[in-house]
Amino acid sequence: MAPLLAMSDIAKHFAGVPALRGASLEIAPGEVHALIGQNGAGKSTLIKILTGLYRRDGGEISFAGQPSHLASPREAQQAGIATIYQELNLVPLRSVSENVVMGQEPRTLGFMINWPEAHRRTREILARFGIDIDVTAPLGSYSTAIQQLVAIARAVSMDAKLVIMDEPTSSLDSSEVEILFGVVRELKSSGVSVLYVSHFLDELFQICDRVTIMRDGQTVGSRDISATTKLDLIASMLGRNADEIAAEGLTELSGGNANFEEVVLRVEGTATGPRLSDFSMTLHRGEIVGLGGLLGSGRTEAARSLFGVDQLTNGKMTLKGATFRPSDPSAAIRAGIGFLTEDRKEEGIVPHMSVRENLTLALLPALRRNGQVDREAERKLVADFIRKLGIKTAHMDQPIRELSGGNQQKVLLARWLATKPDILILDEPTRGVDVGAKREIQSIIRTFVDEGHAVILISSEFEELVEGANRIVVMHEGRAVSELTNPGITENALVRALAHHEEAGR
Amino acid sequence: MLDQSAFDLRKYISRNPQSVAVWVALVVLILFGLLRYDNFGSAYNITSFLNYNAMFIAISVGMCFVILTGGIDLSVGSVAAFTSVIAAYLSPYGIEVAMPLAILSGIGFGLFNGLCIVYLRIPPFITTLATMLGAKGGSLVISGAQTIAVDWGSNFTQLGMEKAFDLVPWSIVIVAILVVGLWIVLEMTSLGRTILAVGGGEDASVMMGLKVNRAKMFAYALSGGCAGLAGVFLASGFGAGQPLEGIGWELSAIASVVVGGTLLTGGLGSIPATVAGALLLGLVFNILNFENGKGWISFSAYWQMVIRGAFLFAVILFQTRVMNQQTKAGHA
Amino acid sequence: MTSLISDEPVRADLSTRLKNNGGLVALAVILIFNILVTPNFLQAQTLAVNISQVATIAIVAMGMTLVIATGGIDLSVGAVMALSGALAPLIFQSDFGTAYPVLGIVASLFLPLIAALACGLFNGTIVAVLKVQPIIATLILFISGRGIAQVLTNGNLQTYSNPDFSYLGTGKILGFPFQGWLALAIAIFLFWLVNRTIFGRYLLAIGGNERAAKLSGGPVRKVKIGAYVICSILSGLAGLIVVAINSASDAARNGNLMELDAIAAAVVGGALLQGGKAPIFGAILGAVIIQLVKYTLLANGVEDEVALIAKAAIILAAVYIQQARKE
Repeated sequence: MAPLLAMSDIAKHFAGVPALRGASLEIAPGEVHALIGQNGAGKSTLIKILTGLYRRDGGEISFAGQPSHLASPREAQQAGIATIYQELNLVPLRSVSENVVMGQEPRTLGFMINWPEAHRRTREILARFGIDIDVTAPLGSYSTAIQQLVAIARAVSMDAKLVIMDEPTSSLDSSEVEILFGVVRELKSSGVSVLYVSHFLDELFQICDRVTIMRDGQTVGSRDISATTKLDLIASMLGRNADEIAAEGLTELSGGNANFEEVVLRVEGTATGPRLSDFSMTLHRGEIVGLGGLLGSGRTEAARSLFGVDQLTNGKMTLKGATFRPSDPSAAIRAGIGFLTEDRKEEGIVPHMSVRENLTLALLPALRRNGQVDREAERKLVADFIRKLGIKTAHMDQPIRELSGGNQQKVLLARWLATKPDILILDEPTRGVDVGAKREIQSIIRTFVDEGHAVILISSEFEELVEGANRIVVMHEGRAVSELTNPGITENALVRALAHHEEAGR
Repeated sequence: MLDQSAFDLRKYISRNPQSVAVWVALVVLILFGLLRYDNFGSAYNITSFLNYNAMFIAISVGMCFVILTGGIDLSVGSVAAFTSVIAAYLSPYGIEVAMPLAILSGIGFGLFNGLCIVYLRIPPFITTLATMLGAKGGSLVISGAQTIAVDWGSNFTQLGMEKAFDLVPWSIVIVAILVVGLWIVLEMTSLGRTILAVGGGEDASVMMGLKVNRAKMFAYALSGGCAGLAGVFLASGFGAGQPLEGIGWELSAIASVVVGGTLLTGGLGSIPATVAGALLLGLVFNILNFENGKGWISFSAYWQMVIRGAFLFAVILFQTRVMNQQTKAGHA
Repeated sequence: MTSLISDEPVRADLSTRLKNNGGLVALAVILIFNILVTPNFLQAQTLAVNISQVATIAIVAMGMTLVIATGGIDLSVGAVMALSGALAPLIFQSDFGTAYPVLGIVASLFLPLIAALACGLFNGTIVAVLKVQPIIATLILFISGRGIAQVLTNGNLQTYSNPDFSYLGTGKILGFPFQGWLALAIAIFLFWLVNRTIFGRYLLAIGGNERAAKLSGGPVRKVKIGAYVICSILSGLAGLIVVAINSASDAARNGNLMELDAIAAAVVGGALLQGGKAPIFGAILGAVIIQLVKYTLLANGVEDEVALIAKAAIILAAVYIQQARKE
């Protein structure tokens, strides 16, 4: 049978930096096809090309037997490709029916909308999914799960041949996931193909027929689900051979002593919401504890709960012996915690401000003198850090957005080091940073820890975790599920722990 | 309302609490007025009330469309003044010529607003503040800073001062047709639904392939046209084109729209409720006048602005609470 | 979600820097035009008149710059001017004011500013605590503030003759109008506030990246409220100055359309509508340019009414250019 969709040898550059090279994807009609890969693997770029948001630089696409250009979202929609995004792209204030038929309403008298027909049609589609709700109610009055199904209903009503689902289950509980699976099966039985993008690997084995794995902008494998295992998939995603052992040191994080006496932070069963439901860990002075897990495991949410960004709904935290419940980040900073966030563009740098101003942003209360900022002390501090961390900047008053990613990251790291914290939480500290700066940042972290402080490290780069962390808390879907202790952690042990989330051997 | 398959009162009440409150308040006030003041229910009071408020109802429904898209139009007062002058100048040619041309000039301002907002991406409040200024200057220029008397010889003043079929003032008939027409457009055409969608989620609307720019241009052009109509009423009702009138009209319109239950952020609202809001605010002042006449209290006209502001404040608080509740309910 | 974190640095080049100083270029052009074409332009009287008008716009524009820097906007500035301008004569013409003239003057300067402060607290709280959009939040006072002023004065024009109070508007030090000195003093203070204090640093950070500021422990609520309070106080001051200049308080016209002037001056002066920059002296520059444009038209025989249209066009152009620059 001819494939519904065939993408081959797709290439895409952004400002000279290749995002995709030699990416491919093939989906048969009525097939549920998974697309997996870590952050930066190129999944979303490939999908944006497929949905007409980006124009490809090279390669071929054919859809429903025709070569396709897909120059705009409208064209993609008209060709029969529908996308259900994580942000849903629906209008919550409008009714369920309206969201389903918007843009293609049934008419009477040529221009007037036939509402009873619209409602009837919507009810019919939702009934096929096993849903019976009041379709005249505003969409926003329903849960995210229902809203997602409405988005799928819209795709169906537009006669989509291919429905792309981007992380569809990330906000769903288990019963809602079952409903979604039922809908996917229903789509499949009516000949509609589904491209299922998810990092919850267990689900793929329940609902998908085939899987394509991407890494570093390329397609590295494509196989039947029945012919693979979770371990195999993770290994492909990470570029590891599941059977080999990598022995050489790949990072600058190794080191540290094995004896840790003083508990500086204890977390017991904390929860903040659906994405973090049961988190526990202990942290000692001089220790690096890594939080390991795939995307969506709740690592960033755990960090946010420690820093006062999200409030606890359950559980307890103890910092240096005293109960700890920060109401906001400034409380956490005063208590001696620093948090280097994952996305430096959205949550880190203030783009128009200088390197100096960005560096001292968290330290301002301490720099107060005579009602104003102590410029001399500030300049001295900043010059110090520029030197110590090797920040490449023309001068400290250069706007931070002119710096390279790696140097911006160093400035942000300096921001937190300047507050002299006891604990540093680092969320993807070397992401988007060139190799040289990466190693420098890693050795800065090592020095910080060796001075008697503690670090909680979140990283998708497994070699960083494996070599740097004294212990790794493995997380899965919002819960801390197991712990690995160095020496003795190998990447494969970590991968195995993620794959099976059982008690791992020491 | 018209987008349901059948009208269900309970559902309407639970989904539109603010509009229901306005309708109730309107009924209560009418009863209050009927009971308390002698001439309240007289044909004279009713017709002169509706006649006067016809202008405000017209600009309010135009403003409703703009606010529904998530924008705002601060120029309607000045545009009405401008078109009143145009209408007065054209009055010798009769109402059939003066009215359409005056309305067209209002649409022109609206299109200019729309172009600046949609294509030049200048924020709506800056654009329409500037147009307000420009229209004010324009009306002073073409009128030589004088009020322009209309031609009493033509049929122009019939619009403002006489009745259709000797029963109902023309202004009310015209506004009623406008209101019904716009109600249908909003509820039953894809243009109207696009306007609602844009205010409720512009990015989503673009992703859904809706014609967002066209919807916005229409809303601003309509608002300008309604202001044009109000200007015609102004000229024919008072016998003169008045370049300096219209001050504060945009604020009345905004208050009416918002009191009627339309969200200031856009995306939710209805035409009948906007009319109810305009009537309610007009009625509040009508009653204040009667009360002044009774001599118990003395409310100067300046209280109008304060009262409008107070209504707006209360509505904003209410809408903020509702929005916060909705965000917690629907999403994870 | 994957975001493309670029490793490419953003470089500033010569054309960008030229564009950034567009305000100064425009000023130079207007000045030269006037010196060559407008009669009596360089005379002291002309300058004095212009400076006194610039001062009021500049003072409000500087406050508006602070609010814009946080990513917000304040539409109520004109209404606050009217309100404080209405309160002042009420106070010093009251029984208390005539009995204790000195105290009366002091109170009539002080109490309106307190009222303005209250307005700023109102605006700031609605924006920062209730999280309402700034346009909508400040719309409330935009609509009702002037009405409150008119209620207090019963719509009457209040004229008075009080040389002590009028000094605010008509006094001169070293030949330079008092309110000009006042504007400069405020500019220096605000410049210090924005560039030297912790408050200023947080202000710019909130406008530049509010989440980053919050995650760095910044007191976002307090700083935002502070910006609105300062803006309202400055508007109140401007309202007092206008009353002092005219020896009359007209609640219907005091500060009329000032919000447009202030926003335009701030934007022309370099403030970014999305926040993050607070060019204080830029606001003065913007006010000067706007005033000069007004005067150029007036002095060359263009009628008031046409001047309105010209001003509207210039404001649209200025905002458009600034938006286009950003992209």
